[in-house]
Amino acid sequence: MKGKAYVLGNNIDTDQIIPAEHLVYSIDDEQESKKYGHFALSGVPMSQAGLPEGSTPFIEGDDWQSDFSIIIGGSNFGCGSSREHAPFALMKAGVVAIVAESYARIFYRNSVDGGFVIPYESADKINDKISTGDNLELDLEFNVLRNLTREEVYHLKPLGEALPIIEAGGLFNYARLSGMIS
Amino acid sequence: MGMTITEKILAKASGRNKVEPGENIWLDVDVLMTHDVCGPPTISIWKNEFGKDAKIWDKNKLVIFPDHYIFTSNKHANRNVDILREFAKEYDIENYYDVGSERYKGVCHIALAEEGYNLPGTVLFGTDSHTCTSGAFGMFATGVGNTDAAFILGTGKIWEKVPESMKFTFNGRLPDYLTAKDLILQILGDITTDGATYRAMEFDGEAVFNLSMNERMTLTNMAIEAGGMSGIIKADEITGKYVKERIDKSFEIFESDNDAKYHSTYEYNVSEIEPLIAKPHSPDNRDLVRNAAGTPLTKCYIGSCTGGKITDFLFAAKFLFRNKVKVPTFVVPASTQVAKQLEIETYNGIPLKEIFEKSGCIIARSSCAACLGGPDDTIGRAVDKDVVISTTNRNFPGRMGSKKSEVYLASPLTVAASAVSGVITDPRDFI
Repeated sequence: MKGKAYVLGNNIDTDQIIPAEHLVYSIDDEQESKKYGHFALSGVPMSQAGLPEGSTPFIEGDDWQSDFSIIIGGSNFGCGSSREHAPFALMKAGVVAIVAESYARIFYRNSVDGGFVIPYESADKINDKISTGDNLELDLEFNVLRNLTREEVYHLKPLGEALPIIEAGGLFNYARLSGMIS
Repeated sequence: MGMTITEKILAKASGRNKVEPGENIWLDVDVLMTHDVCGPPTISIWKNEFGKDAKIWDKNKLVIFPDHYIFTSNKHANRNVDILREFAKEYDIENYYDVGSERYKGVCHIALAEEGYNLPGTVLFGTDSHTCTSGAFGMFATGVGNTDAAFILGTGKIWEKVPESMKFTFNGRLPDYLTAKDLILQILGDITTDGATYRAMEFDGEAVFNLSMNERMTLTNMAIEAGGMSGIIKADEITGKYVKERIDKSFEIFESDNDAKYHSTYEYNVSEIEPLIAKPHSPDNRDLVRNAAGTPLTKCYIGSCTGGKITDFLFAAKFLFRNKVKVPTFVVPASTQVAKQLEIETYNGIPLKEIFEKSGCIIARSSCAACLGGPDDTIGRAVDKDVVISTTNRNFPGRMGSKKSEVYLASPLTVAASAVSGVITDPRDFI
């Protein structure tokens, strides 16, 4: 899994990920739900948008998909409200994974159980080692994140039993595949 | 390496001998609790995902307390209660406590305790962030979203990440000017609103084990305000007595090993703690009450799962006895049982209800009421630029109603002292 890094700081709350005013759009309607991609991370202050320089828009112009598919965060990623629209918006924008030091619990659960994005925990602080735009590779076999631009390797914590849920595409799909529910 | 009480309970519920922090495990849920705000969407997801033949995994383990938006003319709020009522009827849910009936209880977290659903060593999930309250009974209890609740409803199982534990020890005997609320505000100021994210907060020490079950629930209730997954207090004789008076069920008592591993430990001597307050607009914006003393108030509020238990009203009665309130003061018993206790429990031989009525308090019916603002016609709701001192749990902007209002969080002693002064007042001025 390869992609470009978009680096953020600590305490990225759900209002920064998808401001409350945008929670009006339909998630089921294919066309309307693109709005969530368009407004993803639109609440992040410009100085903090795409570290270390900042002022790097996550979404260009009228687009709804981002050039960046791996989010690098600090501690307490996804804190604030329980809105499931937050990991959904990142998914719509094309994000496949987040690598952060820690998550607010409900954001982590919503990401996994809704099957939206993969929330990896880094073993160490890495948002000061990676720059926005670096080419990254997630190696799921060895649980490492490779920085192809800087030729560095960062260790990830195991996803444990969340991994099969993520692979199935969410809690209910996982349960059906594993025969827990029919 | 030993295990903490939380790890032991989660190991048992996942059918393992041992679990370690960070592991994702599947748990067998003992009780699922929901209410009028999150119950209807949970039911909807459950029906969509499981189809027309959706089955409840165990009707006896599902508990539904309508409690949030109850005494209102708001159509959408009332529709939610209607949905719960129809669901309970269709699926024959015995543990449904309907509004307008003798069975109505009020605030879910307190009703769970009163009705005997909190059992040491068990696992309880609820569609409410303050579900952590039940941890006061030496059990694992936490809040989840509607999708997770829908999954539990159909399967009785849910995955959870084993939390690291933080230990908070309060040594010494609690002075008469402090309550459990001061202790949790002390912690919140120290570790801030994300200081316990994804962790279990374990409370320990002489001052904690001298607390009643009601006061212990005040501690565990606000674990979520530090981002905590759960709060927990080992069950002891006080716990056993409370439970046995309410339900005839056996339970298993767990406790942390001496060599259990903690993320961090905090130790306090309660004689060094002063009455505390959380200033607007965050529960971790802690200060000494005396530093905020003299701040003019427009409203006082004693209620909620945090501060509307009988013990909270016993504290408040100390200062409201023979004193008139200087600003509108709302007394909102968390549950209908607490409301009945107000007529029975006395201070200086006088029933609390009479004390509050003579002091000029407005006594409301049991529900979550203005703790979370609620519909426009919610009693005690903060309006315009109200400056409120409250025994509740959150003071985010607009939490109690008006976004222009300012809310201070404090103990029932501090709120009652402030009510009779009309300005924020240190309870030691009255003792």
